[in-house]
Amino acid sequence: MTGNGAVQGPAQAVGRAAISSAATVGRAGFLGLRAVRALRRGGMWAPHVVTQMARIGVDSVPIGLFIAAFTGVVLALQASYTFTGAIPLYFVGTLVGKTMVLELGPVLTGLALSGRVGANIAAELGTMRVTEQVDALETLAYDPVAYLVVPRLIAGVIMFPMVVLLADAMGVLAGWATSLYLLDMSSPEFLKGLRLFFRSWDVWFSAIKAASFGLTVTGVGCFFGFATTGGAEGVGRATTRTVVASSMIILVLDAFWAAVLL
Amino acid sequence: MSIVLDDVHKAFDGQEVLRGFTVEVREGETLAVIGGSGSGKSVALKHIVRLLEPDHGEVRVDGRSVGALSENELYEVRRNVGYVFQFAALFDSMSVGENVGMGLRRIPGMTPAEIEGRVAECLRLVDLTGYEERRPSELSGGQRKRAGLARAIATRPKYLLYDEPTTGLDPVTTAVIDELIVRMRRELGVTGVVVTHDMASAYRIADRVAMLYDGRIRFQGTPAEIQACADPVVKGFIEGRPELLEVAS
Repeated sequence: MTGNGAVQGPAQAVGRAAISSAATVGRAGFLGLRAVRALRRGGMWAPHVVTQMARIGVDSVPIGLFIAAFTGVVLALQASYTFTGAIPLYFVGTLVGKTMVLELGPVLTGLALSGRVGANIAAELGTMRVTEQVDALETLAYDPVAYLVVPRLIAGVIMFPMVVLLADAMGVLAGWATSLYLLDMSSPEFLKGLRLFFRSWDVWFSAIKAASFGLTVTGVGCFFGFATTGGAEGVGRATTRTVVASSMIILVLDAFWAAVLL
Repeated sequence: MSIVLDDVHKAFDGQEVLRGFTVEVREGETLAVIGGSGSGKSVALKHIVRLLEPDHGEVRVDGRSVGALSENELYEVRRNVGYVFQFAALFDSMSVGENVGMGLRRIPGMTPAEIEGRVAECLRLVDLTGYEERRPSELSGGQRKRAGLARAIATRPKYLLYDEPTTGLDPVTTAVIDELIVRMRRELGVTGVVVTHDMASAYRIADRVAMLYDGRIRFQGTPAEIQACADPVVKGFIEGRPELLEVAS
């Protein structure tokens, strides 16, 4: 009897967690479907897209550039440390360019923005939910998904690639400057390495990944914000869940795109 | 035409809140729904505009089953039903004027000048003239409730639903809100449903009072009738005597 209980306990816990996860995925899918259907209500979402693009994109540029600049510096220094005596130093340009554009630009910016943008959306919509502002929108004949969710999703898909491409450029520039001033390389050397394996597809790859991260971060923020219950504590929980879930999905997507597109 | 909740059942996480709630709100009257905290009064109110859907039973507004309405039909019904939330639910990111004009912007053909005029008219009705540019955070509790009421009446609805309109207010502000509710019926001719546990307020504003207890209507009648009611549950609640409720249960 005890043995059975011991076996059933964890099994039940796993079962409950699986059911709960499946239900969450189902609810997220349902919100996604509602967002697609809400696209036909252009009058409700279109006026708010530019505002959201400014909040999600333009306001995120400083943090994106800050992270990229220091990443570029570190990449150049570590490449030089690794290559010295074994590989020609102009490969520093190759490594900085490829790594920034293909991987670190999109992923580090995505992770940083899951905190800045995702948490902000979850907190804002969560507060609106617990103070009945979402209900108030409904009673005033607004579709809250069209009014609140769609503009954020569109802004995320458009603006994340913009921020990431700027971050890519900043990372490469920072790596270049580091090579010139700290590694005694010349500009032609760095540019030779940068051009060596560069393909324009790499930039598209970076932008596609960034767009998927934008959809993820804004979508997860909207989902947990809308599902908030229980006052200030609930808002805090929704914010934490958003950052954790969107960060995990970003890393999974990162591997997915590498496997599918490279 | 009227609002009817017919045998409404609603449970949350297996906990039944409404168990066969049936009530009719007649045209032109103000019905006060009273009951203890957590008895399901607000839950019942939310069913009228389909913020919640019943597990069983039906809600009808003007003879139309709310659960069977398409999205556009539902919006049409909601434009006819103003909702005053317990904590006003004003949009923080907007001014008071923008809040009041929100519902008006959903009415096809209304010009910005007409919206501005209607906003000013509604704010005058609730004695908030000149507050258009204020932010909700700059208002007192009573002013927020009045701004919420102005927003609810802006679309000139046939029905007004009030969720605990006087909770948390001082006696003077409570009397002001009560007077506004009476004035809404007198000047605008709206039919009202007021959810409250404030008995003094219910007697002042209601034509009829319905008491919700154990998920269903325990008693309904005029304020005079409920005060004369011998049911210990009703008497215990309206007179604030828990010993009577204990005896009854």
